[in-house]
This record gives sequence, structure tokens and C-alpha cells, in this order.
Amino acid sequence: MLTITDLVKEYPTGLRALHGVSLTVDKPQVVAIIGPSGAGKSTLIRCVNRLVEPTSGSIALDGVDITKLGRGALRKARRRMGMIFQEYNLVERLTVMENLLSGRLGYVGFWRSFRRKYPAADVQAAYALLDRVGLKGYENTRADSISGGQRQRVGIGRALMQQPDLLLVDEPTASLDPKTSRQIMRIIVELAHERGTPTLLNIHDVPLAQNYADRVIGLAAGRIVFDGGPDELNETVLTEIYGEEDWSTTVGGGDDDGDDDRPGGSDDLEKAAAAG
Amino acid sequence: MTVEEHAKRYPEVWRRFSPRVTLIRYAWYLGTMFVAAWAVHQLDIPWFYFLDAHVQAGDLFGRMFPPDWAFFQVVLDPLVETIHIATLGTIVTFVVAFPIAFISARNTTFNTATWFIGRFILVTSRSVNTVVWGLLFIAIFGPGPVAGVWAIAARSIGFMGKLIAEAIEEIDEGTVEAIEATGASRLQVLWIGVLPQVLPVIWGTSVYRWDINIRESTVLGFVGAGGIGIMLYSSINQFAWREVGIMLISIFAVVVVSELVSAAIRQRIT
Repeated sequence: MLTITDLVKEYPTGLRALHGVSLTVDKPQVVAIIGPSGAGKSTLIRCVNRLVEPTSGSIALDGVDITKLGRGALRKARRRMGMIFQEYNLVERLTVMENLLSGRLGYVGFWRSFRRKYPAADVQAAYALLDRVGLKGYENTRADSISGGQRQRVGIGRALMQQPDLLLVDEPTASLDPKTSRQIMRIIVELAHERGTPTLLNIHDVPLAQNYADRVIGLAAGRIVFDGGPDELNETVLTEIYGEEDWSTTVGGGDDDGDDDRPGGSDDLEKAAAAG
Repeated sequence: MTVEEHAKRYPEVWRRFSPRVTLIRYAWYLGTMFVAAWAVHQLDIPWFYFLDAHVQAGDLFGRMFPPDWAFFQVVLDPLVETIHIATLGTIVTFVVAFPIAFISARNTTFNTATWFIGRFILVTSRSVNTVVWGLLFIAIFGPGPVAGVWAIAARSIGFMGKLIAEAIEEIDEGTVEAIEATGASRLQVLWIGVLPQVLPVIWGTSVYRWDINIRESTVLGFVGAGGIGIMLYSSINQFAWREVGIMLISIFAVVVVSELVSAAIRQRIT
């Protein structure tokens, strides 16, 4: 169970990305976080495994406050949280198998990872996941020679190799075409349900969120402005999250209108601040 | 728009530089010419040597010809020693430069102090010429190839360390983030997340530096640090030009081959 309480993040630049966000994920469900660029979606998800250090507030995973952990304990906590990235973030020059097995790094010693000698159970789990995400036979292919959709499948595999108690997914489909986006979303959601893994998932694309999520959270300017079922999303709610626009074609579903260049939106700014 | 309106609306003259910028550019040309003239004046060049320079050059060439092919047997051993000095020096460099590069890169160093130490080693290594390093190591290890190996390594550490450190600073941080997010230790992040990204640069610069080191080690003998240089030096002093000829040809052949090998290997690294 994940409980976030009054989470605040202020970047050294003075940019206040999160203004006291509280939310609870208490059952194995896929929670989609939607919101305009710069709303703090990325910051929120990255605070959970502390790739971004929160300024104040608490994040409890099964009762352990992640914000208070020291280096070693944080590593142990990170092992329990799998993360999937927009740009896949694979080690490009290593093989698909090496990338999958890197999900086990938190559990094997340095010497084993040095010699790439992972336990038999890990290798077996990696082969099974390879099969499950549709990359059977790709174990010895280098990650830089496969397509974006295939790379994201490897990214999913790496996160699930951790046997995580929580899955963090940051814009998994933003770099992919509409068809591949749907396939990737389906794989993530199916695996999350199969394994009963609670999932926090940032997504730009409102129809995709509606189609695949069990619960939708709307974030605007660092505050939660909506929390409900995907069927509760309507024009009024979308206007509250994103601002005034003609939402009639979006709410109906089907359309893939993923772009939002709202004035003042500063996703790049937020990403840059998160990276620094 | 009529023709007349058109003529009035757009200018006929276009200049790349404004008059002011043009003046500044000419000032730079003049300044450069002045520095060159000043240097020539100060160097006190004996111009009368230039008069028969072409004759002297032809004469020298004539004395080297035909090269003393039999002398090649004598040259072979020091020539191989030269290659060994370069190769061993490069291997020592590879081992030493590796950790120094990691502490000299801002994103993998431990703290400001370690970063400063790393940078200090790199700058020191690069600011001293290989031959000068050779003189220093002769004082420590005595004359011979051992001093040569250390001289080659001492100079190459700065070269390779700097290039590898720069490559480390340019890696994709997203990958590092992803490996950190799995709960990997710091050492594992370096080994799995960072190292594969810079491996092509590490191999490429090592082979390139080996190729440079072969050229550098041919002159190390001039100061007594092993290799073919000492022979070349004594043959020049004895005006044994036919011996010098065969040595220059041998060195040339070795350098060409090492360059070809280095280029071929670097091309294959992906």
C-alpha cells in the first residue's frame, strides 16, 4: 500500500512543482495520472523512488517512510519499486538479456554482476518475461538495434524482473506511434493485473488513460484536482485539469489527440529541473 | 507592385560585413603579420644557409643512398624494443587512466576533492613532454627501456584520462537513473550503467594512443630511455648516413603499419 501525504517539491530554481499532494493506492490497481505539461506528473512519480528528492511530506510504502531512508535503506526500498521510462533508458550497448537481468542488480552482489553470473532463477524469470512481452529469441540482440516499441518491452521486462510491489511508469507511450502505444499500454496493464502490482502511470493521452486505467488522477499546477474512475472523466473535469478547450471529441474516446501546447506549459522546464 | 515601386522598396547593395567589422578583420590580419615578422626578426635566422639548402638536402639524401640493408639485422632488435616500450606503456596507461578518468568526471567523482586530484594528475601528465618524462624516469630507474615505459605511461595517462573523463561526462543520464532505480549499488551503477556507454571511447583512445606512443618511443632513445632512438642518435653523430637511412625507413614502415592497424581497429568499434 502506497500512501503519499502532503508531498511538496520545490526545485532549486524556485519552481514549485508539487503543492501538497496526498493520495493513497491501497489495492492492486492501475492509477493513471493525467494533467498538462508542467503539472508535476513526472516530479510526483520520481519523488516516490527518490530520483527526485521531495522537499517535504511523506511517502509510505507498506508503512515504511521512503523520504526518511538513508542510502542503504533507500536501495532496499528501490528494489521493491519497478520503473518504466518514456525514453526506455536501456543500456543501449548491452544485450536484451543483460538489460532484463539488470533489474536484479539490487539482489545480486557486485562480483556476480561483474561476471554477468546471475542466479538460475533470475535467468529463468528473464526468459519467461521475454516470452511474455513478445521478444522471444531476442535475448542476445543488442538493445540499440531494436525498435522503440521493442525497447519499451525490454524496459517493462526490466522493471518486472524486480518482482516489484509497486510499478512506477513515466509516460510509457509518449515516444511511440498510436498502435504501438496501445500494445505497450495493454502489456503494462495486463501484467500489473496478473501480478497484482499497484501501478502509478503518468500519461499525456487522455483516451489511452480512459481505456486502460482503473482509476484516474488529474493533476494541475502541482495539485490533485480530480480523483475518480475513468468513466467519470467528462468535459467539466477535463476543463478543470487542462483548462478551456473543446473536449467533446476527446471524452468520446477513439481520437488520439495527445498533444498539449497550452501556453505556460513547461514540461521541458520540469524535466530539466528533475534531471538537475 | 510596379517595377519602380519594387526598385524603391528593396536595396541593391548587400554587404556581408559592416565597414566597422571589415576594419576589425583587417586589423587582425595586420596584427598576425606583425607577430610573424617580429618572430623572424628576433630569431636571428642565418639566411645564407638557405642559399644552398636544396644542395645540402640533396647531398644528405645521396649519402643515405643506397641504405645499408645488411644493417637492418642490427636495427631489428632495438626496433622491436621500441614497439614493446610503446605497447607496455599503453597497457600501464590503460590500467592507471581508468580510475583517474572516473574521479575526473563531474558525474562519477566522489566529491570536489577527488575531482580536483584527478584533474591535477591529468594536467600534470599532459604538461610534460614524453622525452622530459624520460629524463625524470632515467633518474629513478636508470637508463633503459623501463624508464621509457614509464615515460610513455606518464604522458599518456593525461591524454587518455582526459578523453575518457569527457566521454563519461557526456553519457546518457537516463540510463544511469534507470539502473539506480533498480536499487543497484554505486559500483554496479558504474559498471552496468556508465561503463558500457564509454567502452567504445576507452578502446578507441587506447588504440589511438598506442599508435602515437610508437612514434613517441622512437625518440626516447635520444635521452637514453631505450628503443631505436639511441642507435639513431649515435649513427647521426658518426655521420653514418646509410645506417640512418635504413633506420628511418624501418621506423617509417612501423609507423605506417601501426597507423593502419589502429585505424582498422577503431573503425570496427561500435
